[in-house]
Amino acid sequence: MNDSRKLATATEPRLESTASLLRELVAHLRQQRAQLREEWARLITEAKLLTAMTKEEIFAEATSVYDNYVEALETGTYEALQAYARNLSERIIPRGVETHEVVGIVLLLRDVLARSLFAKYHEDFTKLNRILDAYEPAANRIAITVAVGFVQERERIIREQQEAIRELSTPVLQVRERLLILPIIGVIDPQRARQLTEQLLRGIRTNRAKVVVLDITGVPYIDSPVANHLVQTVEAARLLGATVIVTGLSPEIAQTLVNIGVDLGKMNTVGDLQGGIEEAERLLGYKVVLTRESAAEPA
Amino acid sequence: MKFALIADEVRVSIDSDSDIVAARQKGRELAAQCGFPSTDLAVVATAISELARNIVRYAVRGEIILRLIDDNGRRGVEVVATDDGPGIPDVTLAMQDGYSTSGSLGLGLPGVRRLMDEFEISSDFGKGTTVTARKWKR
Amino acid sequence: MQVPILKQGAYLIATVQSALTDEDLKQLRDTLVERVSVVRARGVIVDVTALDVIDSFATRTLRDVAHMIRLRGAETVIVGIQPEVAFSMVKLGLTLEGVATSLDLEEGLAYLDRKGKGPGHEVRTHR
Repeated sequence: MNDSRKLATATEPRLESTASLLRELVAHLRQQRAQLREEWARLITEAKLLTAMTKEEIFAEATSVYDNYVEALETGTYEALQAYARNLSERIIPRGVETHEVVGIVLLLRDVLARSLFAKYHEDFTKLNRILDAYEPAANRIAITVAVGFVQERERIIREQQEAIRELSTPVLQVRERLLILPIIGVIDPQRARQLTEQLLRGIRTNRAKVVVLDITGVPYIDSPVANHLVQTVEAARLLGATVIVTGLSPEIAQTLVNIGVDLGKMNTVGDLQGGIEEAERLLGYKVVLTRESAAEPA
Repeated sequence: MKFALIADEVRVSIDSDSDIVAARQKGRELAAQCGFPSTDLAVVATAISELARNIVRYAVRGEIILRLIDDNGRRGVEVVATDDGPGIPDVTLAMQDGYSTSGSLGLGLPGVRRLMDEFEISSDFGKGTTVTARKWKR
Repeated sequence: MQVPILKQGAYLIATVQSALTDEDLKQLRDTLVERVSVVRARGVIVDVTALDVIDSFATRTLRDVAHMIRLRGAETVIVGIQPEVAFSMVKLGLTLEGVATSLDLEEGLAYLDRKGKGPGHEVRTHR
């Protein structure tokens, strides 16, 4: 009981003085803004950071970061800084700015400001220590906020790109009127399976397809959830009024489909892509006839 | 509640079959507001329709509560279907894929579980049933 | 919400225009099954393009319509199921087995025309 009371009285004035020290600090940083900002921009160039940006751009961003930095110190809130960090990242990531550069410039700013504090308070060692006690935790928190903001933004962009790549990896090709081919290559994970279904169903509607050949020759194996998903996709296509022919089933995939107890009456399968296309053409009422010229060629 | 609420929850009381339509339309609006892709709007609306239908059929009266939720930046829709009907005597049995695949009537709960990302059910025999299902934005 | 039913040649065309309650669905079923023989229709098209949800009850009712109409000597085709609706249906385990489906009205009409050209009054499922 006694101890905790002592502790409480000991920390209260200290808390208050932290606030007043930060106020003093902020006033100093505002006053020295022009000079410190220039010093920082110079160090950034010297350290060969942000090389993808021009001097003017660096200076403009440095100004914004500086002001946001001082504001975060003053208010003790990091939302504005966080929003700015996201926005900044969004602009500089496409230009190839790396994580170490962003972390590097924020640490440089921390050091520039710390040095200016040394310079100002070097005669009063106790005061300097107290100022640094107030400054350091805030500065570290700011550095973390900016770095985390950058990394999160990068992850978001990577996720978007993955989605785009996945879409490209499953082209929907119209080979004839009413006939689509989806050649699938590589492993189908649940996410890709979902995307495949959406593309196939949308493709049926936009191309007014009646038959779709889903060629999985390039798929090494599938697990039961994905196999189930595939069967559901075939059923959903049927509900839109289209027939799906699955071609190129490997022995392993055939095994998986049998294991999950797929209703073979619902799956229209043909050995290879060529056979699948022939079957599709038959369903659509096409008749493929060899013309005289090409028939003569092999002879 | 486990997750932060983004907007006010929407409550739809269910006691006739026209309430089923109202509930799923509200759910769809909420999911659209959250930025769900169109496939998932239909998924959420269908799940709500099934849950509301169970209330009308087995409990006569109940409520659908719809919430936009946030789990550390991940957003989603939470659907709670609650009633004070007779309850389900055997929940494990009710969750088995019985009749629903043939298109006839079961409780439809396994289907709802397949549609949504998360699914919880608690039922007190004689006191009522609460189903909570969530779909996260992808 | 009433579903308008049009007679076009030998076919009846029901165009759903907004969300239907269970009661609406039952009424649609009863009206179609009755009218199909009153007007001596050979085929029925139910256009569900406007539906954003087809749940277990709607699926069962549509299937019943198709089966009852077949027993009355005509063919039914469901047209216009939206991709995301179809996806939700199969996830729920609803596949409208044994019921013909087409992309849209035009395709549905073509389907019924083809069926009509078949020998005699052969009754077949979609497959």
